[in-house]
Amino acid sequence: MSDTTQTGPIDMGNSAANDTAEKKGPMLAADGTPLKRSLNRALRRQKLRALALIAPLLIFVLLTFIAPIADMLFRSVENDIVSNTLPTTTEALEGWDHTTGEPPSEAVFEDFYFDLFLASEAKEHTKLGTRLNYEKTGVSSMFRSTGRGLDDIGDDYLDALEETDERWGDGDFWYALMSGTGTSAPEVVEARRKALARMSGDSLSGDVGFAPSNSIATLLPTTVRAYSDFAVYTALVDGDVVAEEDPWESVYVGLISDLEEANVDGYTGPEADALKAAKAALPGIEQVSLKSFFQSEDKDWVDPSVWATIQTYSPKYTSGYFLNAIDMQLTPDGIEMRPENQQIYIMLFKRTLFMSMMIMGSCILLGYPVAWLLANLPSKSANLLMILVLLPFWTSLLVRTSAWKVMLQQQGVINDVLVWLGLVSDGDRLVMINNQFGTIVAMTHILLPFMILPLYSVMQTIPPTYLRAAKSLGATNWTAFWRVYFPQSVPGIGAGSILVFILSIGYYITPEIVGGTTGTFISNRIAYHISSSLNWGLGAALGAILLACVLILYWAYDRIVGIDNVKLG
Amino acid sequence: MKLTKTLLAGTALAMTAGVASAQDMANDMTIVSWGGAYQSSQLKAYVEPYLEMHPEVSVTWDESSNEAVAKLRAMNEAGNITWDLVDVVAADAIRLCDEGLAMEYDPDELLAEGDDGTSASDDFGDLIVSDCYIPQIVYSTTFGYRTDMVPEGVDAPSNICDVFDLEKYPGKRALEKRPINNMEWALLCDGVAKDEVYDVLATPEGQEQALAKLDTIKDDVIWWSAGADTPQLLADGEVFMGSTYNGRLYSVIEEQDQPVGMMWDAQVYDLDGWIIPEGLDEAHLARVKDFIMFATDTQRLADQAKYISYGPARASSAPLVPEEMKQHMPTDPANAENTFLYNYEFWADYRDDIDAKFQSWLAQ
Repeated sequence: MSDTTQTGPIDMGNSAANDTAEKKGPMLAADGTPLKRSLNRALRRQKLRALALIAPLLIFVLLTFIAPIADMLFRSVENDIVSNTLPTTTEALEGWDHTTGEPPSEAVFEDFYFDLFLASEAKEHTKLGTRLNYEKTGVSSMFRSTGRGLDDIGDDYLDALEETDERWGDGDFWYALMSGTGTSAPEVVEARRKALARMSGDSLSGDVGFAPSNSIATLLPTTVRAYSDFAVYTALVDGDVVAEEDPWESVYVGLISDLEEANVDGYTGPEADALKAAKAALPGIEQVSLKSFFQSEDKDWVDPSVWATIQTYSPKYTSGYFLNAIDMQLTPDGIEMRPENQQIYIMLFKRTLFMSMMIMGSCILLGYPVAWLLANLPSKSANLLMILVLLPFWTSLLVRTSAWKVMLQQQGVINDVLVWLGLVSDGDRLVMINNQFGTIVAMTHILLPFMILPLYSVMQTIPPTYLRAAKSLGATNWTAFWRVYFPQSVPGIGAGSILVFILSIGYYITPEIVGGTTGTFISNRIAYHISSSLNWGLGAALGAILLACVLILYWAYDRIVGIDNVKLG
Repeated sequence: MKLTKTLLAGTALAMTAGVASAQDMANDMTIVSWGGAYQSSQLKAYVEPYLEMHPEVSVTWDESSNEAVAKLRAMNEAGNITWDLVDVVAADAIRLCDEGLAMEYDPDELLAEGDDGTSASDDFGDLIVSDCYIPQIVYSTTFGYRTDMVPEGVDAPSNICDVFDLEKYPGKRALEKRPINNMEWALLCDGVAKDEVYDVLATPEGQEQALAKLDTIKDDVIWWSAGADTPQLLADGEVFMGSTYNGRLYSVIEEQDQPVGMMWDAQVYDLDGWIIPEGLDEAHLARVKDFIMFATDTQRLADQAKYISYGPARASSAPLVPEEMKQHMPTDPANAENTFLYNYEFWADYRDDIDAKFQSWLAQ
């Protein structure tokens, strides 16, 4: 390092000498290479060696700390589950206007049926239901219950088809029909493979063993799509042979829908006769529109607000979680505040910051005299005192928190003593726990060592002679302390404050146990969303905001106090 | 010489047997449960007997049921499932099933028939609330109260609405820090008929009504989040009455001899049971299936009731429950005069919405 810093000024100072040197050609090192290059090389080698030395730690920190945090924070905007699970539906929905008050058209319901069928086979539909339920109550059970009923409509069609030809339910019959003859269109299958891979998150490589012919793919597009879904899933997920398996019910639904439009008269591929017979029998088959099918499964499927929610949350990235985290919401009509009776997070953020400040303040008040004693007592008693400071530091967090419960509760030690002394009557015991007071007391105690230790290490370096000198020059005790001693201990206060504040802002065990309803922190809600409600996106958004708050405060602290003034020891 | 031969033959035989079973079944099993009295009832009722029958198997316990849902999801995302069998409450099982983290199963294939020959699906009946869920026991969330704190000249509380009656029964209450159960009780005591509770609770007005009722006692409530809190608060005399799981109250009353009484009125039934994580390899799955077949049969579930006061989930196990335990069972006719059935579907839908309102109300 010192080499690099020195080359600058030397170069500048000797620019005249350099000029003359350049005229004579570059200065050479002993081995004949230009000195500059050989110096650079030596320097680079040094840097690489230094990097190699810290590499294990750097990689360790990157892999185990930075990467998981980045991954977790990324979830606060990630929203590809909607478009991955319902790819064609979300595309079809783009043209739909939710303000008309009408549910989407039959075409959207048809796309939705096939998307949902594949999703329910892959058991992804309930995940999507859970995701959308965060935004619209009730969607979760719509997806769950409708997912169970998707087979019914296809089963009915199959029964009707089997009356025209027994083989409509057979796997090999369908395989022959769908494979057709002539040029094949493998891109249809490939597209479905990609869709399923995106939905399930697996790479799904391998040979499907099926490709529809071009003519059948043009004649019966919906059927081919449904059959391709079935083929991809059967071959790549279940690992079975496509031709041996009976197709999914969605394939019959696709066929009935296709036959309506398709002109099968000219078709000459395999099983063309069966196809023609089915077409001929079509008027006799009772058809159900998919819209009314979904309506019969759950009447809310024709509620435009459900579709508006799906539409609003179709994009791959969403600001929805962040908006939720600041008591707002992303609705089809734009961003708006949450109803008053659901607002909680801003209040919790404020409370967390306020209480962390309080805890930090009380740690300074309580820790400063102790640190002063530690630094100024003779070493024998200072050591004993140090043990007393460190003992709680080494005790389990839960034990200390529970101990405060025993101390502070209404039938607890402190109240009992007060009653015994006659300071409070038995009927009006003080409420000191399950509120803010309890949290501040318990957390001050738990975090106190983090204040005392940096303070102590800074105070140890302040020579006691300064105080004596100040007094001998006529300062009172207070002036000597305030004008001479205290300014020198400020770096310790700074270090302790940062430690205590940042630790307390993310605490959640202690507030959870002693905080009741008014003493809990934002971290308690984050923990709830991570481990109970499984709304990781919202948890991540709350965490990201908390992290940003800490960084901003740290920056402000650096601007006001200066981070160089912080001494940890 | 002869001895050596026998020994050798014996070892060879044991080895081939070992190899044979190793081929289709793994010999290690990680079971996730709740720890404490509940886990030890499982250990005594069927894990230890199973290990006696299969000495080659080793079982590792993981006491993570509390955060099983989040951990399983994390394991699944990391692509490394290290659990073989997980004990969860029904609501968690439904969510795990929704998330595709739990394996769907066929009751009649995986579970043993009842002693009386009824098929497993009939024997468990409606208690199989999710396609992934293998119920073990029925427990209930109910109230306990300090018998020595009942005011003079007043009967002991026997009605759920006594919880909301601060004049008749002054003193603090302990309620769980979540809307589930509390909202239902509040509506029941605000004049809503039992079979209409969830219809009312589905409306914003109904939710407001429930919160308004809870508001009347809000200042006197200590909110708990761990099942052990209420027993502790009762033992300390911090609260007059509080809700918790009936098994916890049983141990406060019977094992710790505290002056605590049970109030069974409007107890809310819930279930605890197994799920098998999705994505187990074949050897582990085979072992788990073998274990489940044994551990959920009629006798084993009845055995569990010897050690903890939770009712077996099988109808056919009920007659086998020891007589002295029957009076502590939530399903005992004397205790089950007025019960409330927890609606899983409803809470799966409304949980996020009502929880936001509830937490916002709590924080005010």
